Amino acid sequence: DGSGDNEEGSAVENEEAAKGTGQKRATPRTRRAHPRGRDRHGDEEDEDDEHGTRRAGHRRHRNRRRGRVAGNEASDSDMEPEKARKNQANQKSKEDDEEEEDEKEGKSGKGKNEKKGDKKPDKKGKKEKANKKKKDKKKSGSGSDSESEEEPITEEELAKLKEEVEEKKKLIATLRNKPWKMKKKLSVLKEAQLFVEKFEGALGKGKGKKFYAYKVMMTKKWMKFQRDFENFKTACIPWEMKIKEIESHFGSSVASYFIFLRWMYGINMILFGLTFGLVMVPEALMGKPYGSLPRKTVPRAEEATAMNFATLWDFSGFAQYSVLFYGYYNNQRTIGWLKFRMPLSYFLVGVGSIGYSFMIVTRTMAKNANDDGGGDDTSFNFSWKMFTSWDYLIGNPETADNKFASITTSFKEAIVEEQESRKEENIHLTRFLRVLANFLALCTLAGSGYLIFFVVRRSQQFALEGLENYGWWERNEVNTVMSLLGMFCPTLFDVISSLENYHPRIALRWQLGRIFALFLGNLYTFIIALMDEINLKARYFLSFTMFDMHLGNIEDLQPLEEEKIVKYNMTIWEASLYNGTTPENSTAPPIQVDPADVPRGPCWETMVGQEFVRLTVSDMMTTYITILIGDFLRAVFVRFFNYCWCWDLEYGFPSYSEFDISGNVLGLIFNQGMIWMGSFYAPCLPAINVFRLHTSMYLQCWAVMCCNVPQERVFKASRSNNFYMAMLLFILFLSTLPAVYTIVSIPPSFDCGPFSGKTRMFEVISETLEHDFPSWFGKVFGYASNPGLILPFILLMVLSIYYLNATSKSYKEANLELKKKLQ
Amino acid sequence: AEGSGAMGGSASLVPRELLGEYQELTFLSKQEILLAYKRFSELLPKEERENAWSARVPKSQILTLPELRANPFQHRICHVFSTSETRDDSMSFEDFLDMLSVFSDSATSDIKSHYAFRIFDFDDDGTLDRKDLEQVVNCLTGQGEESRLSSEEMEQLIQNILEESDIDKDGTINLAEFQHVVSRSPDFARCGGLQR
Repeated sequence: DGSGDNEEGSAVENEEAAKGTGQKRATPRTRRAHPRGRDRHGDEEDEDDEHGTRRAGHRRHRNRRRGRVAGNEASDSDMEPEKARKNQANQKSKEDDEEEEDEKEGKSGKGKNEKKGDKKPDKKGKKEKANKKKKDKKKSGSGSDSESEEEPITEEELAKLKEEVEEKKKLIATLRNKPWKMKKKLSVLKEAQLFVEKFEGALGKGKGKKFYAYKVMMTKKWMKFQRDFENFKTACIPWEMKIKEIESHFGSSVASYFIFLRWMYGINMILFGLTFGLVMVPEALMGKPYGSLPRKTVPRAEEATAMNFATLWDFSGFAQYSVLFYGYYNNQRTIGWLKFRMPLSYFLVGVGSIGYSFMIVTRTMAKNANDDGGGDDTSFNFSWKMFTSWDYLIGNPETADNKFASITTSFKEAIVEEQESRKEENIHLTRFLRVLANFLALCTLAGSGYLIFFVVRRSQQFALEGLENYGWWERNEVNTVMSLLGMFCPTLFDVISSLENYHPRIALRWQLGRIFALFLGNLYTFIIALMDEINLKARYFLSFTMFDMHLGNIEDLQPLEEEKIVKYNMTIWEASLYNGTTPENSTAPPIQVDPADVPRGPCWETMVGQEFVRLTVSDMMTTYITILIGDFLRAVFVRFFNYCWCWDLEYGFPSYSEFDISGNVLGLIFNQGMIWMGSFYAPCLPAINVFRLHTSMYLQCWAVMCCNVPQERVFKASRSNNFYMAMLLFILFLSTLPAVYTIVSIPPSFDCGPFSGKTRMFEVISETLEHDFPSWFGKVFGYASNPGLILPFILLMVLSIYYLNATSKSYKEANLELKKKLQ
Repeated sequence: AEGSGAMGGSASLVPRELLGEYQELTFLSKQEILLAYKRFSELLPKEERENAWSARVPKSQILTLPELRANPFQHRICHVFSTSETRDDSMSFEDFLDMLSVFSDSATSDIKSHYAFRIFDFDDDGTLDRKDLEQVVNCLTGQGEESRLSSEEMEQLIQNILEESDIDKDGTINLAEFQHVVSRSPDFARCGGLQR
């Protein structure tokens, strides 16, 4: 630090090759620089004291310059910053001479100590050089493109100058990091800027002069552009004001939920952009229109109810036979005049969405881990509590009171813990209670899983008997039950955890883990039951056909035979159109049939997509209704009925609700998991989710400010950040498993979707390689996908992971060693 | 032109070249500087708003800002950032900008810890000794009698803190030790910005 300060003398002084950071120079210089250095170091003493008059002189000097700057800026357009500055610089350099004389006069006139005396001759020498340079500058006119009528500057001096200019530039860049007052910073900035301008032109003499000037100008423009871009980016961040307001009322942990929500919104926007722009729009614009193909038309049987609101809300009818779902897409290799490869695009968008999600989640996790530092949780316990526990974002006195209380409690707790850390009391009772609590939690999880399975089975029965006979509850039983479970089980877990008597942070982790297991179990049970249902439906559809054909038992059915059966069905039906003539020998023109009348094969992908969409919509509805009833109506009740109630509603039961951060974050994460799972089958899912997140943000912001009170125990947001990210990553991985499995092992439906007719969905890649790329590419790809090449590659990756892990461990150990040395 | 265009109401403005320089010298963006200017001029009485740039706002007015209102260290903050020659802790616009810059999200942990040290140093002697630490704790536990720590608890707490952070065992915490402790905390970087 000291050495840095030594360099920060006045610009004029540094002319004489101030290479040394700590080198002994001519005594006058160092002696002059030192007091200045001491002054600038940390601002601990008042700068006015010691060198009051000199400082005052300086200040006047600076102010005069400043005044002149303001006056001289005739054309201060950003178009010609270079030129304008050079003009200024020239004028200033003229003034410089005068002012320096003044300054020196002023100082020597005040009768300072001998430092000044020694300084003088030195200064004179420097001044001469300065004058010489300034004269050069003046002669050179207003630009840097002057001719070489000045004295040649030697290479060595040129290099030194360059270095100084670089140092000054670095100083300018790091000025904002210095803990000085603004006035000081401004004056140092001006000095440094002047120096740089003056000598940048001088440096440009020689061969590369014009190029150098050009480079300098481009650097300046680039920096300005960067700064403007940064400003623009910060202005673009949505909902910043809302979140800041919430932060000031509720603290940083509640606000972290909203920041998380906003981040999710960003991801979903990108996914929406991909699916909308590359899948839905091309098909809508360039694919065959509605009604031209059997797969794109509502079948005759459903036509009557296709436009009803109930059907549309259920995502059947016209909603089903549209770009929103997998089944609508045609398997033509290219569509439209652009020769857009639809199946390839569909496949790549699906895979690309998953890849992008992985990448961004991992990147955010790495960034969070970086910010975390070494992760020393316990070595500075008390100090951190003291110095960093205040949340400076709090602006609301009520929250501040809560924060005070929680800080006090945490101090007292920490002190008590520290004192009694060796006491072990009643460990057996605690252990027993904890085991009991875990057992109860497991029972709850098992119970909820069974309930879902049971309900899905029942819905299959309803489906078999025809849904028209049943009311709203039966139709939506599955979704409602899942949402209700998601609402009530976490509260149950909360009650159970009071048995356990853990430290609140650990208890929170257990709670989160249990809720996580709950949601996961529910989701996978749902998927399994769904798969069952699809199989059942398909068999139901085919069972009549098989009965006709006396083909035997349905259990022996193979997928290819399914296809044969339906095709057989269709030929029979076609034959019926021809009134008996066999189609093979027919030379008659094919009869025009309305696509709505053609019998259709099963389309399980659309069914899966529909289920996910319905689940998302019902989840959204449940959340909104919970907020309105659970938070808003409760707040209204407590507020207005408090006057006529026996006990104090606001302090006792039920009181205002607190914002449940962990519940909401988990809900968000699982919602996203469903989107990832279903978006391959229903391209409309990201769009629905964007809409849902958008409205959710506004609704929850309003609800939080209006109906919630700040939490009693105020937790820090930062430690849980990576925990939530880890859960998100895990969910992402689990969600993509089903999609990947279906892509790789299950044959696509033969009658609907962009992959119909292929044995496996990924064959679209090999097809593209065959048709669209030159032949050698296909060969290279063939070699690359050889197991003989892939296995060594995997081995290499495993080895590099091991190596990186070992290196990181050794760094951590070195870190610890150094820390110990410090102690 | 710059100022009134963006704010549409205040007649006074920040000189344009200074705006650029403030951007260089602080961690604030252009919008934040203009917003700060607007908030600052609102703290002044109407007749002084024309030269808000060179005016000084008395401490009582500064403390009405929502960001400082609920802050237990409000007086120290005003004292540390004020460049008032009469030592009355009044703040000029540049002091205000300094304060916002240090508290903004993009400020480095270095500069934050430097200023935090000065804020906690109640007696301005350059080190945090027992009395300073006691005062910090009292600020943090609020004003109520029941929420304050007893003297034994205070003793214990300060002892623990000094054990953890005082590396050269001289009974006080100096700037280097403070920065060493605090730079490792993941929570330290989250200090406030300006509300709209």
